[in-house]
Amino acid sequence: MGGVTTLPVGEELQPGEGMARAEDLAIAALAIARRFAAGATMWCVAPQWPAHGRHVAVEFVHPVIVGKRALPAVSVDGADMVSALRLLARPGDVLVAISAADDIQAADLMQRSEAWGLTRLWLGAGPRPAVGGGEEHVVWMDGADPAVAARSGDMVMLYHLLWELTHVVFEHPGLLEPEPECRDDVCITCSDEGRVAEVRAVEDDDRAEVLVNGSAEIVDVSLVDKVGIGDLLLVHAGVAITTLRSGMPGSGERGHS
Amino acid sequence: MTGEPTGFLYPFIEAEETDAASLVNDLATSARAKMDASRTLRTATLAHHSDMVLRAGRSMAGRFARGGRLYTFGNGGSSTDAEGTVELFRNPPHGRPLPAMSLVDDRAVLTALANDVGFELVFSRQIIAHVQSGDIAIGFSTSGDSANVLRALDEAWSRKLLTIGLSGYDGGAMSGSEHVEHCFVVRSDSVHRIQEAQDALVLQLWATVQRCLVEGSPS
Repeated sequence: MGGVTTLPVGEELQPGEGMARAEDLAIAALAIARRFAAGATMWCVAPQWPAHGRHVAVEFVHPVIVGKRALPAVSVDGADMVSALRLLARPGDVLVAISAADDIQAADLMQRSEAWGLTRLWLGAGPRPAVGGGEEHVVWMDGADPAVAARSGDMVMLYHLLWELTHVVFEHPGLLEPEPECRDDVCITCSDEGRVAEVRAVEDDDRAEVLVNGSAEIVDVSLVDKVGIGDLLLVHAGVAITTLRSGMPGSGERGHS
Repeated sequence: MTGEPTGFLYPFIEAEETDAASLVNDLATSARAKMDASRTLRTATLAHHSDMVLRAGRSMAGRFARGGRLYTFGNGGSSTDAEGTVELFRNPPHGRPLPAMSLVDDRAVLTALANDVGFELVFSRQIIAHVQSGDIAIGFSTSGDSANVLRALDEAWSRKLLTIGLSGYDGGAMSGSEHVEHCFVVRSDSVHRIQEAQDALVLQLWATVQRCLVEGSPS
């Protein structure tokens, strides 16, 4: 990011350079259209750039092209974003976050909402975040400065295209059926992969009620440090094997990862 | 806004496809073409308006230097551009934070005015309430015809604000208004491409303001 006198726009606008992969956007649009078709609401957050969160939502609710259906999209911001979304979002809903990878609130929500059973899309620029488990899509402008991409029209363009591609998918009702739940060797539930769980209640030193992929279950927490409500755990075969995040975002406590 | 169905834009997609991979491929091809078109339009728009950006940016910097405030407004997606402009000026990635507020933020004021005096006056009434003569007004309208945006720019002009408008298509009523000192028209028929190019113009304006403030160039 350099000095004050930078004129960042012109040189950033070479076609293709610093741009997200169109394939990633297309795959995300297909997934989101399928979720909408199944009754999902799309939740939109942009902690550092709340205007982007509202812009995404208004695109879907009030399309610029007359005759396109209004889709349920809601922007959420403010200090109690996590608690609001925990109450409002249903398993199978969609979360769209627009941020840089180092946005602590967005990163927390991305991971937490995996436990809630949401399909997630992370739009951003700069250093790329690690992809989480479950249905998470990352559409990223790798070579770009996030502060510039957020204002140069590139970020807006990504969700304009997301909206457009989502509606194109609707013109193919045969493709709106969700993918089969369990596909042999890649099924998360049956594989060795751990799943993200959010602690709902602590029963005793050994057991806690957690939410995994939108469903409540009791897990063994005897192998990890004392857990509290809101902690994110990695759970495998009914046993918490590590603590991903301690406490709630903004509480001052951070996780180990 | 426009009456175009997206089917018209995607003539190559079969109606009864069941092959998701083929659809994804078509979607990506289309998205890639639009990304390039968007950037080409933005580059052309910035080049076309470079002198006006410089003049408007200088005037804005002069007003900021003398304690002026920036007010922004627009409807729908354009309201978020108004809000994003405020985010950029007030909380910049670098440079000097500048006083800016959007007239779409306060829902109590917005609904009170809409309910009691009509939506056409929601921004102009706030201009009357808030401004001083050294301030700046930026109105966003992709058509250039939003009545409440035009009314607010009229009001701002009569109160000696620097008035800046961002428009699209052929410029609409905004481009013919004598009350808009700097009117940036993005020549496109797509609301989306217009908004993207307006973003680029605002970023360039902001960068110009920051540069002028550092150089202390008088205006």
